[in-house]
Amino acid sequence: MTATDSATGTAPAPAPERPDRSLGQAAYAWLRRTDTGSSTFSVLVTALLLVVLFGAGTLRYENFGYPQVALNLLVDNAHLIVLAVGMTFVILTGGIDLSSGAVVALSTVIAASLLQKGWAAPLVIVLVLATGTLLGWAMGAAVHHLQLQPFIVTLAGMFLARGLCFVISEPSIPIRDDLFTGLAQNVIELPGNTYLTYGVLIALVVVAIAVYVLHRTRFGRTVYAIGGNEQSAGLMGLAVGRTKVAVYAISGFCSALGGLLFSLYILSGWSLHAIGMELDAIAAVVIGGTLLTGGSGLVVGSLLGVLVLGTIQSLISFDGGLSSWWTKITIGVLLLVFVVVQRLSTRSSR
Amino acid sequence: MPETPTEPRTRRRLDMSSPVVWAASALLVLLVFNAVVNPGFFALRIQDGHLFGSPVDVLKNVAPTLLIAVGMTLVIATRGIDLSVGAVLAISGAVSFTIIDGSSDPTSPATAAVAIGTALAVGLVLGAWNGFLVSVVGIQPIIATLVLMTAGRGLAMLVTDGQIITAENPAFDWLGGGFVLGLPAQVVLTLLVLLVVAALTRRTALGTLIEAVGTNPEAARLAGVRSRSITWTVYVFVAFTAAVAGLMTNANVSAADANRAGLFIELDAILAVVIGGTSLAGGRYSLTGTVLGALILQTLTTTTLTMGVPDEYVRLFKAVVIIAVFLLQAPRIRAALGRRRRSARTSTSPAVPVPAVEGDDVRPLTPASSAEPADATAAEPTTTDQGALR
Repeated sequence: MTATDSATGTAPAPAPERPDRSLGQAAYAWLRRTDTGSSTFSVLVTALLLVVLFGAGTLRYENFGYPQVALNLLVDNAHLIVLAVGMTFVILTGGIDLSSGAVVALSTVIAASLLQKGWAAPLVIVLVLATGTLLGWAMGAAVHHLQLQPFIVTLAGMFLARGLCFVISEPSIPIRDDLFTGLAQNVIELPGNTYLTYGVLIALVVVAIAVYVLHRTRFGRTVYAIGGNEQSAGLMGLAVGRTKVAVYAISGFCSALGGLLFSLYILSGWSLHAIGMELDAIAAVVIGGTLLTGGSGLVVGSLLGVLVLGTIQSLISFDGGLSSWWTKITIGVLLLVFVVVQRLSTRSSR
Repeated sequence: MPETPTEPRTRRRLDMSSPVVWAASALLVLLVFNAVVNPGFFALRIQDGHLFGSPVDVLKNVAPTLLIAVGMTLVIATRGIDLSVGAVLAISGAVSFTIIDGSSDPTSPATAAVAIGTALAVGLVLGAWNGFLVSVVGIQPIIATLVLMTAGRGLAMLVTDGQIITAENPAFDWLGGGFVLGLPAQVVLTLLVLLVVAALTRRTALGTLIEAVGTNPEAARLAGVRSRSITWTVYVFVAFTAAVAGLMTNANVSAADANRAGLFIELDAILAVVIGGTSLAGGRYSLTGTVLGALILQTLTTTTLTMGVPDEYVRLFKAVVIIAVFLLQAPRIRAALGRRRRSARTSTSPAVPVPAVEGDDVRPLTPASSAEPADATAAEPTTTDQGALR
């Protein structure tokens, strides 16, 4: 709710995360300002990878260098960016959220079915976001208060969300609401005959808010502290329980918002949407340099991770000769390289 | 099948709250429910010398999941997890069908043997790869296997060139639809693997060594256990079970679908293990529990389908049941249940609502738990319930 409200107010603000041009400079300036240790380095590596991949595409395929191709990375992946932001919060505390893909599907189904019944769009949006947040909160409460494994709790949440999808509607429902179609089809014209969608703006605002929360608030510090060492965080008097529950609620909220953005992108609600999207989000977070053990990583890295995944997809679709399954293989290999490098670098630093 | 390892002195009490007992009673409730609602559920008939009926269906359908769950139990016992089994299953099916489809004599038993051998070898290699990442490179299991989970389906589609490959080979199809002594071949094969694993891990020290690795790999290594080899072995083994399951499921439908074969089977297998009471924290495992867990999941599916529950409610129903099982296994809730039972038995213990201070409870500063950490009544259920949990 806060994200959509502030989307109209502070839309042009998030400059530091604009990944297109002078990315190295932006990242470096930002590196100087924030004090988060070696995770900035892995973000720089991801940024470099993005530039290299994109540069290779520009050299190889003649139309790849158009600015709109770069902007389309954001347009096509706005929902995944939001998802990855929520996932970053959870992974920073050392947890994991497997339910996000299912919550995306649930959000699209709820939105589509309620809109079909003639509900007002703002009310539907609020309801969807509240559902996602509530589900996330419940999972967080189960993780913290019942001391169940995050993996297993969110797995159950995934089943529950998919199950609810099927109960609400099995067939795909088209979205014809004016607000939704308006948001989906109207674009923001940019100079140079390029455009962005409103979904991208919302996603970038979410990233900006997440950066602020993680680096400039007590809550953000606590998130990092829990990931570093939960017991120590507790002994220091930090609100471990409240924060842990909150990160899952945040992830649930982000999944629901991502679901809304996805329904804008695809203009339908279907219970089989977004299968495996949680894995894409996790992969993006890992490629973005966040340690799965928690405590180290940056939201901007996750944004870059999503863009890297998007670039791979564009490269493969530009090639035309490569089949779609090469996307999966490449992402897997990339994931492997990053994990191994991460592992080796943390080993040598200790 | 061997029992869950429990200390003899506390055995009687632990049995009452053991997850295996919970799982067994859940299965019993399900079966009784079936017997009441649908009296034909247990009807078995013999046709052409083969057994047919709902219980056989349950056993046959559970076989691939159970097979993988057995391997997964050992992996989880070492505090690991393998998310890639679904992908390995798909690759195994893809490899075998591509070989049969591409051979000059697609119906001969020799072709089937080559196909099966190659698929299993590929499975072993993939397992060795996972094991290498986990035990040698030292990557977290969940992420090391996530790599293969993501890339694996792509590899399977690379093998089949994105097509669904169909092939008929009598010898190969036996794996899916054959019978041994009236029982489906899948069931017999799974039972065989289960018995071998049970004998190997419970009649030798192997099981204890696996648990030692799961409890504390470093301590196990210092105590002379070859942690690395054991970790490596369990990943190879789970990939092997996944490859066998891949042969079964694909032979069952005489087709290899790289996209759909074994989709989400890793989650089913993990669920079966967890419902069976094996903790994801590692260090303890129960094969009996895993068998029960897999049977619960499959019976639940069969029940909902035979009851005529609308298809769209089946998933929700399963989700709710699974959540209920998880909640019952939550340390907090189990501690509360255990305390109530204890205070009912011995009325001397005061019924103070003190939350149990678990060993891994990491919120020492909440007022309630920090107030009386050394209190005997609070500490006593801790030890027993911790033991029961595992």
